[in-house]
Amino acid sequence: MPSTEVLGWLRTRFMPHIWCPGCGHGVIMHALIRALVELNKDKTQTVIASGIGCSSRMAGYINACTLHSTHGRSLAFATGVKLHKPELTVVDVMGDGDCSAIGGNHFIHACRRNIDITAVIMNNNIYGMTGGQASPTTPAGAWASTTPYGAIDPSFDLCKLAEGAGASYVARTTIANPKQAETFIMNGIRKKGFSVIEVVTHCHTQFGRKNDRRLPIDNYRYFKEVSVPLTKSKTMTPEELAGKVVCGEFVDKDVPEYTEQYAKVIESARKKG
Amino acid sequence: MRLLSKKFKVGVNTAWCKGCSLCMGVCPKSVLEMNDRMKSTPKREDDCIGCRQCENICPDLAITVKEARENV
Repeated sequence: MPSTEVLGWLRTRFMPHIWCPGCGHGVIMHALIRALVELNKDKTQTVIASGIGCSSRMAGYINACTLHSTHGRSLAFATGVKLHKPELTVVDVMGDGDCSAIGGNHFIHACRRNIDITAVIMNNNIYGMTGGQASPTTPAGAWASTTPYGAIDPSFDLCKLAEGAGASYVARTTIANPKQAETFIMNGIRKKGFSVIEVVTHCHTQFGRKNDRRLPIDNYRYFKEVSVPLTKSKTMTPEELAGKVVCGEFVDKDVPEYTEQYAKVIESARKKG
Repeated sequence: MRLLSKKFKVGVNTAWCKGCSLCMGVCPKSVLEMNDRMKSTPKREDDCIGCRQCENICPDLAITVKEARENV
């Protein structure tokens, strides 16, 4: 990939970025920019929306039309943008807490509505920015500052949630495979409908430090070890799949898209006068 | 075969590199090494096979792998 094109999508005056050394969010940002470059997107016709959290800093570093909104409500803002100008490419970057806890309702209803937005969820299993509190995706047994004896509640499977809520494209990958992340984001942007790409990343500062994955490279090796391709996972038993990260495209279907349906309603209402 | 293989230039933007050592971990040929200022430096550039894993994994977008001019 010619790096000059990638650098054209960056607000270089804000670099180096604020994320910790080795943070997976940078890997995802690079994959997202590569996907946008590959699809020949126009910077003035691309909207990157984000909420609050480490992940939401991404909107500040990408040189497109960016929108840094309130906690968990980035999808609501993105829906407004998309409804007003359906020709825009809207990408929503969210963290796991932003998506599944604070913005949980917005997330399931955006999936249900099937509006043409690409949601890139950076799942680092913790609230990294605020001090390492347990999030809905913290795996059971893991340490967080609010679960000093290990989390006891089972975690969310974001892909199954999106699938059940009716998203038209659902995929999962890890930061150990940046090329796959790029492909999935590209497929998601191409898809007419709501697409969810969960990228499993790490927070070695808050999560890894207390869960035996102190260094970024430890996390990378861990993801290499636990990620299982979707086709292989079908042959495995639930016991074997415990603690594994299944990577692949779970849903890829064509269902009516919201802005198109909305335009049809406006047209028919105008005809009736 | 060594003479016929392509040569690559590995560029590291030291102003952006934070020395997280991810690139050193993913490189199959151990091209990169940490220098005394805790920045990644291409020590064995001749061994580079151009897989671009370091470029893709670098969270700071500091690494650029290019084909060397002598290939053209």
